[in-house]
Amino acid sequence: MTTTATVPVLDLEAKLELYRVQVALRQFEKRAYDLFLENFVKGTSHLSLGQEAIAAGFAAAMRSDDYTFATYRGHAHTLARGVPMTPVLAELMGRTNGLMAGKGGSMHLTSVEHGVMGSYAIIGAHLPIACGAAWSAQYRGTEQVAVCFFGDGSTNIGAFHEALNFAAIWKLPVVFVCENNLWMEYTRTTEITAVPNPAADRASAYGLESIIVDGNDVDAVYEVAAAAMTRARAGEGPSLIEALTYRHGGHSRADPGKYRPDEEVAEWLAKDPIPMYHARLLTEGATEAQLVEIELSVAAEVEKATEEAKAGPTPGADLLMKDVWADGGSAWRN
Amino acid sequence: MAQLTFREAIARGIAQEMRRDESVLAIGEDIGAAGGVFKGTVGLFEEFGPVRVRDTPISEQAILGAAMGAAMTGLKPIAEIMFSDFFAVCWDIVVNEIAKSRYMTNGQMTFPLVIRSGNGGGLRFGAQHSQSVENWAMMVPGLKVVVPSNALDVIGLMAAAVRDPDPVIFLEAKALYASKMEVPDGDIVDTLGTAKVLRQGTDATVVALGAMVPKALKAAEELASMGIDCTVVDVRSLVPLDTKTILREISATGRLFTVEENPRLCGWGGELSSIASEEIFYDLDGPIVRITTPHIPLPAADALEDMAIPSVQRIVATVSQSMNA
Repeated sequence: MTTTATVPVLDLEAKLELYRVQVALRQFEKRAYDLFLENFVKGTSHLSLGQEAIAAGFAAAMRSDDYTFATYRGHAHTLARGVPMTPVLAELMGRTNGLMAGKGGSMHLTSVEHGVMGSYAIIGAHLPIACGAAWSAQYRGTEQVAVCFFGDGSTNIGAFHEALNFAAIWKLPVVFVCENNLWMEYTRTTEITAVPNPAADRASAYGLESIIVDGNDVDAVYEVAAAAMTRARAGEGPSLIEALTYRHGGHSRADPGKYRPDEEVAEWLAKDPIPMYHARLLTEGATEAQLVEIELSVAAEVEKATEEAKAGPTPGADLLMKDVWADGGSAWRN
Repeated sequence: MAQLTFREAIARGIAQEMRRDESVLAIGEDIGAAGGVFKGTVGLFEEFGPVRVRDTPISEQAILGAAMGAAMTGLKPIAEIMFSDFFAVCWDIVVNEIAKSRYMTNGQMTFPLVIRSGNGGGLRFGAQHSQSVENWAMMVPGLKVVVPSNALDVIGLMAAAVRDPDPVIFLEAKALYASKMEVPDGDIVDTLGTAKVLRQGTDATVVALGAMVPKALKAAEELASMGIDCTVVDVRSLVPLDTKTILREISATGRLFTVEENPRLCGWGGELSSIASEEIFYDLDGPIVRITTPHIPLPAADALEDMAIPSVQRIVATVSQSMNA
């Protein structure tokens, strides 16, 4: 199989938007972390700091009615589809103005109206579910595409392999995106995986092209994403893309990530997608003032979302027993 | 009217709904041209074609994940898990994903899907192809659980399950696949969450489910000849549970016997006993007695399996001993 799709070239305006999205994801998650330290954000959270280019690049290549399936590390993918910051932050804080009124939390962000069909916290589970949404699109003939993001660790669970085979035999319009940040939780992925590239090296087993992209280069991500989406819409079946990246922090909020060698962290910090893109845009005609303006407006947005989220009421008992069933209730007997 | 087997009723129920609604699709292992390993989908492939009746690989997580993803985007899939024992390899999708996602998303998602599965023993298949898992499904918030005991109920409850906006686990007692009954022509639609009183008595109420229902009815006949007049209630639906009908019938006789194929611990009868104790304690004239498979994996040998699963003889003996104590 070869990549035949032509990808539309992004103009400067579109690239400034890619910059804005990445900056928004970065500033949002930094604020989320601060609010955790201040005990406003409870429970656990898994940040995408350093991995923003993947979320931004894919979201830019998606149609508004396409489906996103994310993991517990899903803040970035949710925001990148256009979900406003306030409900996401309020969800992290367990408030009624949260995206799911506080009933899902950080690991389960969902906004059906934005095509964010859930964030799933059982490793690998959402790959088959993304197949289902793609099967539905195929049956209904809508040319929608399901994009399913997961980490390198997911490639060693059975559901990954079931889903890849299933998508391939049914030629489903689904794009599987492995965000390979080199570490499966606290263990180096190559130490517990039979092949060096956990997704790309498995692609041939399902008759798919082996695709690796620099996940810290948003332009490259966009190109590979757009090509895969075009193939999927044309009925050419699934794609499996491995995006190489690095998380700047630990696995979850409880993890300082000390198991990683200092020089490796330094090497990847030097490849931070946001300063890299900032520098590139300056060479492509953007002005420093334009970029600073974007950063400041995002900072104001984060500030406003923080205040709005903090002002949200905590949920009352009325929510507790709601929405187990489609009738809105939870009755299991008469 | 036509004589219909339980397995033919499954195909008829599915076909009835597929004709009515193009968003109803069927998937599973060998359900297409092969008609299902238990022949529960015979004729569907021929009538609806390979797009709506689709064979899958042996990938239970993919089957149920596909059903979930399709349901959340507007379709009404009917997925088959060949043997209910195989729920163990895809239980994550059922419990963590399908059952919880509506609640977690504050009602943003709806899952109008049916998971049908061959359930229970009696076929000498041994411990990995014979167990009754209704108690697994019943204990999960967010799942509806239906267990028909005859061909007529299969059609009507299948229609109700397909039309219900929530996920329904539809357990087909393998021991009943060959059972036959007269079924009227035309569309049949039943109601979830309704128990049926199959026999009205005055001395004791026997509450049974699935393959235990015909045994309970036979036992009631024998008990009647011994002077013990039993009511027999077919639970049909574990979630929602028709406690109104069941408790009313227990109160009327003052005695409750459950007949359960599931292994004893945490069987549905335990929950029913607890409800009866809390709510109609003063209507009871004697101890609640549960007749269940012992808490063991099911053995393969016919002699052993027959000892394990509640039999007509065991029901008769247990009820008569308890009533005469």
